[in-house]
Amino acid sequence: MSSARYEMVVGLEVHVQLKTRTKAFCGCSADFGAAPNVNTCPVCLALPGALPVLNEHAVELATRAALGLGCTVNPISVFARKNYFYPDLPKGYQISQFDQPLATGGSITIGATEKGADIRIGITRVHMEEDAGKSIHDRYPGATAIDLNRSGVPLIEIVSEPDIRSAAGAHAYLRTLKQILQYLDVSDVSMEEGSLRVDANISVRPPGQVKLGTKTEVKNMNSFSAVERALESEFARQCSLLDSGAEVEQQTLLWDGAREVVRPGRTKEGSQDYRYFPEPDLRPLLLDAKWIERARHELPELPDARRKRLALDFGLAVTEVEQLTASPAIAEYFEAVARASGDGKSAYNWVMGEVSAALRASTGGVDAFRVRPADLAQLLNLVRDGTISHTAAKRVFALMAATGKPAAQVAADEGLLQVGDEAMIAGWVDEVLVEHPDEAARYLSGEKKLQGVLVGFVMRKSKGRADPKRVNQLLASRAG
Amino acid sequence: MSLDNYSQLPAAEIVAGVRAGQLSPTAVVQASFDRAREIGAGSDNLNIVLAADADASLAECRRMMEHRDSAADLGLLAGVPVVLKDNIASLGLPTTCGSKILEGYVSPFEATVVTRLRAHGALVVAKTNMDEFAMGSSTENSAYGPTRNPHDVRCVPGGSSGGSAAAVAAGITPIALGSETGGSVRQPAAFCGVVGVKPTYGRVSRYGLVAFASSLDQVGVIGRTVGDAALGLEVIAGFDRMDSTSSDADVPIYRMSALGVPAPEARNPDTEAMRIGRSAVPLPPPAHSKTLDGIVIGKPREYFPESLDASVRDLCERSLDRFRAMGATIRDVSLARSPLAIPVYYIIAPAEASSNLARFDGVRYGLRADSPSGLKGMYEETRSRGFGPEVTRRVLLGTYVLSAGYYDAYYRKAQAVRSLIADDFRSVFASGVSAIFTPTTPTPAFPIGAISDPYEMYLNDIFTVTANLAGVPAISVPIGRVRRLPVGGQIITGHFDEYTMFRVAYALEGALGADAHQ
Amino acid sequence: MAVTREDVLHIAQLARLGVDAERADELTRELSAILAHMEVLSQVDTGGVAPASGVGAGGTPLRPDVGVAPEMSGTLESFAPSMRDGFFIVPRLATHEDTGES
Repeated sequence: MSSARYEMVVGLEVHVQLKTRTKAFCGCSADFGAAPNVNTCPVCLALPGALPVLNEHAVELATRAALGLGCTVNPISVFARKNYFYPDLPKGYQISQFDQPLATGGSITIGATEKGADIRIGITRVHMEEDAGKSIHDRYPGATAIDLNRSGVPLIEIVSEPDIRSAAGAHAYLRTLKQILQYLDVSDVSMEEGSLRVDANISVRPPGQVKLGTKTEVKNMNSFSAVERALESEFARQCSLLDSGAEVEQQTLLWDGAREVVRPGRTKEGSQDYRYFPEPDLRPLLLDAKWIERARHELPELPDARRKRLALDFGLAVTEVEQLTASPAIAEYFEAVARASGDGKSAYNWVMGEVSAALRASTGGVDAFRVRPADLAQLLNLVRDGTISHTAAKRVFALMAATGKPAAQVAADEGLLQVGDEAMIAGWVDEVLVEHPDEAARYLSGEKKLQGVLVGFVMRKSKGRADPKRVNQLLASRAG
Repeated sequence: MSLDNYSQLPAAEIVAGVRAGQLSPTAVVQASFDRAREIGAGSDNLNIVLAADADASLAECRRMMEHRDSAADLGLLAGVPVVLKDNIASLGLPTTCGSKILEGYVSPFEATVVTRLRAHGALVVAKTNMDEFAMGSSTENSAYGPTRNPHDVRCVPGGSSGGSAAAVAAGITPIALGSETGGSVRQPAAFCGVVGVKPTYGRVSRYGLVAFASSLDQVGVIGRTVGDAALGLEVIAGFDRMDSTSSDADVPIYRMSALGVPAPEARNPDTEAMRIGRSAVPLPPPAHSKTLDGIVIGKPREYFPESLDASVRDLCERSLDRFRAMGATIRDVSLARSPLAIPVYYIIAPAEASSNLARFDGVRYGLRADSPSGLKGMYEETRSRGFGPEVTRRVLLGTYVLSAGYYDAYYRKAQAVRSLIADDFRSVFASGVSAIFTPTTPTPAFPIGAISDPYEMYLNDIFTVTANLAGVPAISVPIGRVRRLPVGGQIITGHFDEYTMFRVAYALEGALGADAHQ
Repeated sequence: MAVTREDVLHIAQLARLGVDAERADELTRELSAILAHMEVLSQVDTGGVAPASGVGAGGTPLRPDVGVAPEMSGTLESFAPSMRDGFFIVPRLATHEDTGES
């Protein structure tokens, strides 16, 4: 295969919508899903005479993101105009940052090599900019419909170094980046809702060659796995071009997910000239060094640190903490359960088992889940002290999730409290021995391995309430 | 109090009359419309007014009078009719910027300066003609035909705020708003024999001023007298949260500068009453030998070149003599990089304009010209039909100097030289010079159609454009006439020192008296 | 640097200005003549001079993240050339799959 003779070199540009109430440069709502052009005003419609004023919270979130990605936040950054015509770009330019971005020089770790060394991907820069509106081409014949609700919504663009060497690596980078941004709570990072978008720059070169090959830019990918497939596809295309003696042409390509191919985009590279220049309607963004330091200080715990801490605090394995920290909400839920119950292992089992299954089956997230960490911890405590059996606990949990009632109450209401009463258990044991005369005879005549089967019958008869320890003791004494 | 001499009445007198109940605002506004008709402000004559609505203006007068509780509620411009250059967004009347691309466009929001004028009781009576998108120095570049100079209808009124300057010169209103990018208030003020102020960049909000070149644009005031211009600026100046480039520096009572007192204490109870109009600012004493005591006036040699029109030079010398007679010291100074200002300006302004005018694309408002070739055809048809030749030229020039491969040689270079030009002003003011005096323009008004070469037209801005590049305030005041045409003298001061600028302007106006118009 | 006809056509395309052949020739001459006057700047030593940017002192002011959009009198329909169901309507792009920038 030709591709073995080439190395893939990828850098990603990720646009992330910041979680603000209002737009970057005006007071319009930044909410997703309103009727067309309802969230617009003179500023984001670019009416003659309107001027931008920067949203303070957008600066805070962008700074937090940049710091969380290990970047240096610049005390002076400058907004610039990126000029191009498009009907969903009302001003005819996008306010962005160009040669003096908000932040530069970060990196993130996306995994480890076989030898255990960190795989780090450099972050070239993080800059602030505004979003364009939305063009809808398939609604009316021969016409494009423009909705400017999204026009002016604050974004950051996160540009990686060309440090990624495989499609899987790109996927890992995006997964890690998304996780960090979730922990930082700066964005909803949803590709479906468009709050995270990815463009890829890809080139190929023979292994060992330092010089980068001619790159193409691939756009229009709507999921992380689409990014992976698009990169594989474009890698193969570039390799076969070089193998056939042809050259890679610098261009923008669009991923066609339905047909699983890349195809040329709108324009030839040379005809696009954005004519960047400093935005004269905004003065430079000045950030006080102390303010930046405070923002750094207030950063929440990031996934890496949390994994290390959870593993240490609760004696969990690497794979276990990785599962738990995939989403910050799950990790926080787990930690609350583990701390309240004092049993990290059980908390892990429950959170990754019953809780995850219940969440998958529901539409809401962790925040809306009716079994709060304290309730689950109580359930775990009831199991541990023998008040309810493990079997009963699952039923109790399901009812808690459905009703929102506390564990003890559900168990009592449903009669699932574990029965330790000797007489009652003895009654169930007697009934089981009568109902299963065959097994009973074999057991009583010394076939010890049937004890487990009989315990199972007793548990079923008691609807899980019988304390299995007592059942075992009783059966053993009968056989004795 | 009578309106018989309405066309000569200073704003301050109208305000005093209205507040005292001796003048009715409706009568004043009616007088303004009468004057406009009498002088021929319409498109068939001087072509000053692009839009006006007498009924709406009169209705506004009545509303204003109904909603006041006391004379003090009427504001600093109670009952004063004003006109607005047509690139200042206003509710009720179209805002076309003198362009076909905005024909009939009525802004759904109002410029901050207009809101402030109205809050102080001013009454907008008309939108005035201008060079399309403020690109021009003669008001010949209007899509709605040229404005004529009231002093000589064969001549241009200057530009781009030609309509506003002509309206004040013709006595339609005592105060008008214009806008400056390179001299567009001062130059027409000079050509029309009125006072024109370009404030410090950031002194006045640009929110609602349709952008030409954002780093140079500033709303300016045209008045028949220095006092009216000062009053108008007091009302519109100050921080605006809608304009990120506006300054929060205190706004002094500029009219106090005429009294020879130092910049007034802003929170002094007496001046506070004057600031809000509860008590009147005392009238300045007549000019005397100590009026400008301690003031050093710089005379920059680069603004008095060999080639300067001799009569203009003579009028400037006469003004300098009057300064001396009032106790000022005249000092020869140099602003060595000022001769580079026109090339710098005609790179930066078109560059910014090419971007600012991209929004006129036929998508959301304004002209849309259909085309058989889809969206791109619609863009090109709309913009080439909507924009006149000078706007097209400058948009192309601006696009060129920003385009790949040329940015450093033109735009970046121009911004660097702009810094040097500003440095020259800083060092002159740092050396103890209080104000700089120059001619406003190299010549008086020229005949309509006389200048066809674009660059020759650009040279009209040669003495005014530096204040925009440096961001400093400047005022043009009438200093006499040449061949019956008005000539303006320019006073420039340091950043946010409009107070000293007005002090010197008041003094010159007082010292020249009737000579200013002879 | 003289402007060529190709330059004029290229920048006209960038600026979305329809320029016909005759006008392109005129503009080539006009722009070249104007730019010739700019050449003087290349002789100015600007080494070490920071280009003027962000006019005025201090940083850009920030506004709180609260929903106070400036009010508008009148609807979008009152000034829009073409609207339908609340959308601005424009002729469809030649290659309608092309999405804008982000």
